[in-house]
Amino acid sequence: MKPSGEKSRKAERLMALVAVALLLFCPPLIIVVDRLTTLHVGWLPLYLFSAWAVVIGLTAWLMEHHADR
Amino acid sequence: MRTEPIILGTAFGYLALLFLVAAWGDRRAEQGRSLIGSPTVYALSIAVYCTAWTFYGSVGRAAAHGPSFLLIYLGPTLAMLLAPSVIRKMVRIAARQRITSIADFISARYGKSASLGALVALMALISITPYIALQLKAITVSHAVLINYPYTPDTTLIDERFWMDKSLWVALVLAVFIILFGTRHLDASERHEGMVAAIALESLVKLVAFMAVGIFVVFVMFEGPGALFSQVAATPELVDSMRLDRVPGGVTGWVGMLVLAFLAFLTLPRQFQVLVVENVDEQHLTRASWLFPLYMLLINLFVIPIALAGMLLGASAGDPDSFVLTLPLSAGVEGLPLLVFIGGLSAATGMVIVETIALSTMVSNQLVMPLLLRSRRLHLSTKGELAGWLLGIRRVAIVLILLLGYLYHALIGDSYSLVTIGLVSFAGAAQFAPALLIGLYWRGATRQGATCGLIAGFLVWCYTLLLPGFAQSGWLNAALLNEGPWGITWLTPYALFGLENWDIYSHSLLWSMLVNVGLLVGVSLFTRPTPLEQTQAALFTEAMHPNLTTAPLWRGQTTQGALNELLVRYLGLQTTRRIFSYSNNKNAFEADQPATTELITRAEQALAGSLGSASARVLINSVVRGEALDIESILSILDTTSQTLEYNRRLEQKSQELLQIGEELRSANERLRELDRLKDEFVAMVSHELRTPLTSIRAFAEILRDSDQLPSEKRQHFLGVIVHESQRLSRLIEEILDLARLESGRLTLNPVPLDLTALARHSINAIAHLHEERGVALDISLEVDPAMIVGDQDRLEQVIINLLDNAGKFADRLQPTVRLALYRHRDHYRLSVEDNGAGISIDERERVFEKFHQLQQDGDIPRGRPRGSGLGLPISRGIIVHLGGRLWVEDAKHLGGACLTLELPAAPNS
Repeated sequence: MKPSGEKSRKAERLMALVAVALLLFCPPLIIVVDRLTTLHVGWLPLYLFSAWAVVIGLTAWLMEHHADR
Repeated sequence: MRTEPIILGTAFGYLALLFLVAAWGDRRAEQGRSLIGSPTVYALSIAVYCTAWTFYGSVGRAAAHGPSFLLIYLGPTLAMLLAPSVIRKMVRIAARQRITSIADFISARYGKSASLGALVALMALISITPYIALQLKAITVSHAVLINYPYTPDTTLIDERFWMDKSLWVALVLAVFIILFGTRHLDASERHEGMVAAIALESLVKLVAFMAVGIFVVFVMFEGPGALFSQVAATPELVDSMRLDRVPGGVTGWVGMLVLAFLAFLTLPRQFQVLVVENVDEQHLTRASWLFPLYMLLINLFVIPIALAGMLLGASAGDPDSFVLTLPLSAGVEGLPLLVFIGGLSAATGMVIVETIALSTMVSNQLVMPLLLRSRRLHLSTKGELAGWLLGIRRVAIVLILLLGYLYHALIGDSYSLVTIGLVSFAGAAQFAPALLIGLYWRGATRQGATCGLIAGFLVWCYTLLLPGFAQSGWLNAALLNEGPWGITWLTPYALFGLENWDIYSHSLLWSMLVNVGLLVGVSLFTRPTPLEQTQAALFTEAMHPNLTTAPLWRGQTTQGALNELLVRYLGLQTTRRIFSYSNNKNAFEADQPATTELITRAEQALAGSLGSASARVLINSVVRGEALDIESILSILDTTSQTLEYNRRLEQKSQELLQIGEELRSANERLRELDRLKDEFVAMVSHELRTPLTSIRAFAEILRDSDQLPSEKRQHFLGVIVHESQRLSRLIEEILDLARLESGRLTLNPVPLDLTALARHSINAIAHLHEERGVALDISLEVDPAMIVGDQDRLEQVIINLLDNAGKFADRLQPTVRLALYRHRDHYRLSVEDNGAGISIDERERVFEKFHQLQQDGDIPRGRPRGSGLGLPISRGIIVHLGGRLWVEDAKHLGGACLTLELPAAPNS
């Protein structure tokens, strides 16, 4: 019964990651970041690329980390 | 470097290289050593998503609309996050049902409906043609820029004859290329492995080319990102170019674009082709789910710097859509623009190849074949194989699709920028999403619902995006855009029902999805699916069910001969033989024998792989007689199967638990048996030990009773023996009681701080008399004084006396010597007692601590009485362990016999 438990755990984590990605890429946060004015061209491009990289990194970790088990 | 022969030579050389790779991939596939059996190649092939539109258009969109271009890649990132659940399900269904395209998929889901398949194929053809046109445009424009720079590229067709138009030739060359390696097999569900290998290579080339431009612009033209961004900061009109308010439609536009890209990524025919049809192993999705987003991140990394750099340079950089090419050209380098051109060519050809193959399969399987099958003449009288026909249809379709793309480009294409065309196609393809995704999870979705939803959504898309495009290029009255048809303002295509200030794509997506989903759900709720639809719906929604098989779904009857004839006619002799020899090992078949359901299923699957599922169903129905499928029972089987599986799972869990409990009980039982055996042994031992002194007491007592004339000294001796044996008996009983207390944990100790040195001296004094009697010489070495420990005085004394007594007993008979040493070892005090006896062999050293263990000494004649009860050492060890110390046997360092050492921790503050 252990492998299926592990599997559903992975599915749950993946769903949570989708939610996090949605939150990162969608308006409330986007607007907040866009209003920061300390950088010349605005923080938005930098923020988007960083958030994107974080999401990719988390997915890679989740996928490859559990693939071996 | 920029002469026509060199550019053309490079381009054709590159295409030839691609062809070689494709041919090599196909050969490896035939040999069974697949070139594409790797998740990395799979992820790279998905990157066909990044077309010329990404390569040239992203920079253009970034220049015009800020960071909104990123949404086109963030949407697919979200979709790939869902790949392990959603796309895996699609892959599994497609492999099981031999699905060949998205039209086939939707048709199969809704009861293998031919009309629905044709509808989807037609919609795909209409919505994707502009996208192909866009690629042709990109190739032509980039070529023109390369040749004409620094003059503006002139691509208008007014002065030239159509055969002078390079786009036409590009289209034709691509058609030949695609026919050569896209239609080698008849079986469309067989993978185009060579094509996938070539696409993966193209993905690498375009990534390298784009990153090369990016690095060149940022680090060579602008000495690093810092320099570039500080120049941008100094230019007031560029400071706000990457802000949210540059995104069309603002926040709603942002969300709309994200949703649009998410849906289109799953429904674009070419993405369905590489994601689902060409997938060789479900497991590849795991790696692709992050590797493909990573690819998109890398190829977009330099888009913003290039766009900003181009805008800084102003006029010399030309059109933003060409910045990628014009920036290196303006810097005067020669090799890099050629690499960029090849990168753009890769992006465009990759998309055109896959998209055309996917579309041509749809056209032949969903549009042409059903019509041909309906014409009686062909169906009944064709004697030869249809294989040649099918390949022919597909080849003609490829040429027609590319020509259609060319026509669109030549007639309308100039009025749109690159990104605009692409997004129109995206919104068109997204119309498949409700039928696809809802059908994947909701069993109740019916064919009528899907058809109504698709048609209505498509019409809204045409009205809100396609028609305005025609209007903008002058084919329709432009007043439509501002005043609405016949002056009805609430019907204006870009602001339907007065919904203004939305960007046109979000606007179109909202209305089309609203009617599409609404009709799909609404009509489905009020229509009844046919039995076949119900089966297919169950097979699709339950696809991830572990034990689901498609095998026993046929109830019809036919002969092997009829089936064989059908397959030979449509698939050829070779394929038919393969299908028949799979089912039974005999090579021949018996024409009059009934075909097994298994054989019929496999025949249908093979036909579906070549002709699409709807046509395959028609053909099989033409030879299989008897009752229709008994769907009710199949559905109930499916339902009971899932229930049975659940029961099985629970039963398995229970039996697993029972097994575990049984195991525990068995080991507990074994332990109890062992304890019982030990108890018996102990009782036997104790009885034996008690009987020996009792026997001698009784014997001497009887002598005393029976013989009155005994001399008094003899009588005295006998009485002495009786007293001695009684003492021994009571000592033994005392020891047994101690042992019982120790083992049951009821031994009470009174630990107090005490001086071990003083205790040792005391014990020596207590036993000195006995030693004198035996003639034992005692050697004492007390290295520490005092040696403070925490212990029970009486019990410790008992242990030390026991050790000294034992040593005296086992010392050498002629010159018995015993040595007691007390010394400090780290945080402990050690007291060792040595003798000069025979010593204890290594394998006996632990056993002396067992109850009633008696040492057997070589050639040792017993001295007339046992040397001890065999309980002293077990009790001593028990006491020492209770006090937190240890007791063990080692070699005697000074006297050569046995050495028993006890160790106790020093008192905390000593």
